[in-house]
Amino acid sequence: MASENPLLQFTVKKLVDLHIGGLDVSFTNASLFMVIAAVLITLFMVAAMRPKAIVPGRFQGAAELFYEFIDNMLLENIGVEGRRYFPFVFSIFMFVFFCNILGLVPVGPAESGFTVTSQIIVTFALALLVFVVVTVIGFMRNGLHFLRMFVPSGVPWPILPILVPIEVMSYFIRPVTLSVRLFANMVAGHVMLALFGGFVVGLSAFYVVPAVFPFAAIIAVLALELLIAALQAYVFAMLTCIYLNDAVHMAH
Amino acid sequence: MDAAAASLIGAGIAAVALGGAGIGLGIFFGHYMDAAMRNPEAQNKVKINPWVAFALIEALGLMGFVLSFILIGSK
Repeated sequence: MASENPLLQFTVKKLVDLHIGGLDVSFTNASLFMVIAAVLITLFMVAAMRPKAIVPGRFQGAAELFYEFIDNMLLENIGVEGRRYFPFVFSIFMFVFFCNILGLVPVGPAESGFTVTSQIIVTFALALLVFVVVTVIGFMRNGLHFLRMFVPSGVPWPILPILVPIEVMSYFIRPVTLSVRLFANMVAGHVMLALFGGFVVGLSAFYVVPAVFPFAAIIAVLALELLIAALQAYVFAMLTCIYLNDAVHMAH
Repeated sequence: MDAAAASLIGAGIAAVALGGAGIGLGIFFGHYMDAAMRNPEAQNKVKINPWVAFALIEALGLMGFVLSFILIGSK
């Protein structure tokens, strides 16, 4: 149970054992929740846009809210040509957002929802995808001139041998910080929730009334976690837009 | 000192990073409050900036927290 060790809630359990060749491609609870997230996103967008009204009702308005949110983000950060990257940024934002939120629902196949983005390999896969896509787009749009990004303009040449390695390192650390930011936020929030849950169970073994205090803390932390779930999805998408802007419009 | 004890001490030291996150958040929101009270109408233009700054500052503190957990788990 998660009350003994708050880290037990992150174990990946195999639901269906599959082996292809020598590779272990079992269907785990992480895979299940990724499928649930993808199905929910698709159902939500398809069902909400079914009326196709010019003046949207409430449900269609909700889907249009997500759409315009990402559209405005792309317009602000990249400009009009940012619209062509809309499917990429929208998919990443919706997937991260729904996976974060699914981890907070208290009912599910196991004791509760499983947070897919609390697995470092999932967030690293997403961050690596963003990094590779941005680099490829940068080379496609600018050719070898893209390497100018590591040499800022207006810098006196004696400093360059020190500055260029620093710029290169800060470029290559982008997938690391992107992935660890999302992973650490999710793990920290859920560890706190499991810890306070353990406190409630432990306290109520002695006296039931003082167990209200950790319970109130759980409610507060849950509200904070809802905010963090939405915020981390937004920050992930916004940093993707900023990196795309760097690649598409060479700032240096 | 054996490795298990050293990694636990390291885990405790790594958690000090959260204090840095707390200080950073305090500085940021303090300056934000100063500026917002001086010019309340300008808040509408920068509605989302405080949240973004909160996420980015908190992330660095939480990286130390994660390092602490890695050290607790390792032998």
